[in-house]
Amino acid sequence: MKRSVASALVMTLGVLCWVTGGLNAADPEDEIRRYREMIDDPMANPAYLNVDRGEALWNLPRGEKNASLATCDLGKGPGTLEGAYAELPRYFADADKVMDLEQRLLWCMETVQALDTHDVLSRKFGAPGSTSDMEDLVAYIANKSSGMTYHIPLDDVQERDAYAIGEELFYRRGSLLDFSCATCHSADGARIRTTQLPNLTKPGGDARNTMGSWPTYRVSQSQMRTMQNRLWDCYRQMRMPPPDYGSAGLTALMIYLAKQADGGSINVPSIKR
Amino acid sequence: MSLQSNANRPARYAAIIVALVAATSALAESATPKGPAEGTAGVERYVREMWASSDAKWKDRLKQDETQVLCSRFRNNPPEPLAQSIQTREAATIVFPKDNQVLGRWQEGEKLAQNGRGGQFSDAPDTVNGGNCYACHQMAKSELSFGTLGPSLSEYGKIRNFSAEAARDTFAKIYNSQATLACSSMPRFGAHGFLTEQQIKDVVAYLFDPDSPINK
Repeated sequence: MKRSVASALVMTLGVLCWVTGGLNAADPEDEIRRYREMIDDPMANPAYLNVDRGEALWNLPRGEKNASLATCDLGKGPGTLEGAYAELPRYFADADKVMDLEQRLLWCMETVQALDTHDVLSRKFGAPGSTSDMEDLVAYIANKSSGMTYHIPLDDVQERDAYAIGEELFYRRGSLLDFSCATCHSADGARIRTTQLPNLTKPGGDARNTMGSWPTYRVSQSQMRTMQNRLWDCYRQMRMPPPDYGSAGLTALMIYLAKQADGGSINVPSIKR
Repeated sequence: MSLQSNANRPARYAAIIVALVAATSALAESATPKGPAEGTAGVERYVREMWASSDAKWKDRLKQDETQVLCSRFRNNPPEPLAQSIQTREAATIVFPKDNQVLGRWQEGEKLAQNGRGGQFSDAPDTVNGGNCYACHQMAKSELSFGTLGPSLSEYGKIRNFSAEAARDTFAKIYNSQATLACSSMPRFGAHGFLTEQQIKDVVAYLFDPDSPINK
């Protein structure tokens, strides 16, 4: 009797070891997928705090005109937020520029509110103890396009020009390590370390999944981040100097990427590593 | 290792011919570039605007060398005669160690392969540059966090019979990857002065030392 208990124990241990060994040896990509699913919980996504702060900021009278942003036109008419993010960047005749959401918000702050944006720009990226108005507003506004799809028709010649510049920038190699955006983002299914890299050289799934999940709460940074921040971070890794926030080149890259994501659904703010 | 699939080559054939003519004339500083080159001058205006507030020291990084210009223009698929001229120019940059000893210390090479710091605007100025090989390559099989943009380098020295000639070629490859493959995605570590001669020797040792975990 004792013997059979002992052998049962040994067998159980053996099975346990086998199971544990099996888990350890699991495909790293399966493990990454499992981790992504675990953190992808809207009810536990801290970026919804940014959404709430963004709503308050949108309605807050500020600047020399003591006006809120409620009459700011993001492309769908003054004050219309639903679906605006899904069609950005776009050409704005009043500014005679192709603008992404962040550039447009700065423009509205300066024109609608007559707000000195120096303080807003000094907090363009949130940090511990310092929230970012831009990140909060983007979270709020982009969330109003959640469940919709990207629609980037490039109807305007200026939009087509920006797209062409964005594409050239995407392939432009430079600096100390000869990197371009394409170095990391022109192969299917490739990784840097354990990080999956989207292929952004063509329309379709990768571009849709990427663009449809920004802005996002980045667990590794404990901050909600926008596409301006993502591109700034890419250029950091490419060993380039920090690109100027809201510059036309970043908008050109964004319209190129948004066009690749055309028709893809938007679910933001998301949560990522 | 070029990331551009060879399958793209036939589709781009006509464009490449047009572009080759344009590139040749552009090198002779005459005609306006055509084909994939079209709009390049416009892009550089955007580049200057994107980094308008960078200081002068950092702005040096906005300047492309001739190889970067051509690889950008041809999206890493330069037509054959141009590829050959890039390789010839890049091969001329390689400086082998004076004593022809290309093997350093594999333990130091392992640290360099793991280290992805250096040269970023977020790095302190005295940061030691790393090679960050694991970002793109599998190396020691015990390291599970490896990238797949480049080929696996597991058992690199072993499958080359630890040959001295292969080690010398590897020193050259790390020093300037484009001497053997025009527009390779791999950085030109030695040519850019990003890694020192000693650091490159240490990485070669990591690949070629029989005691290195790569060859276990």
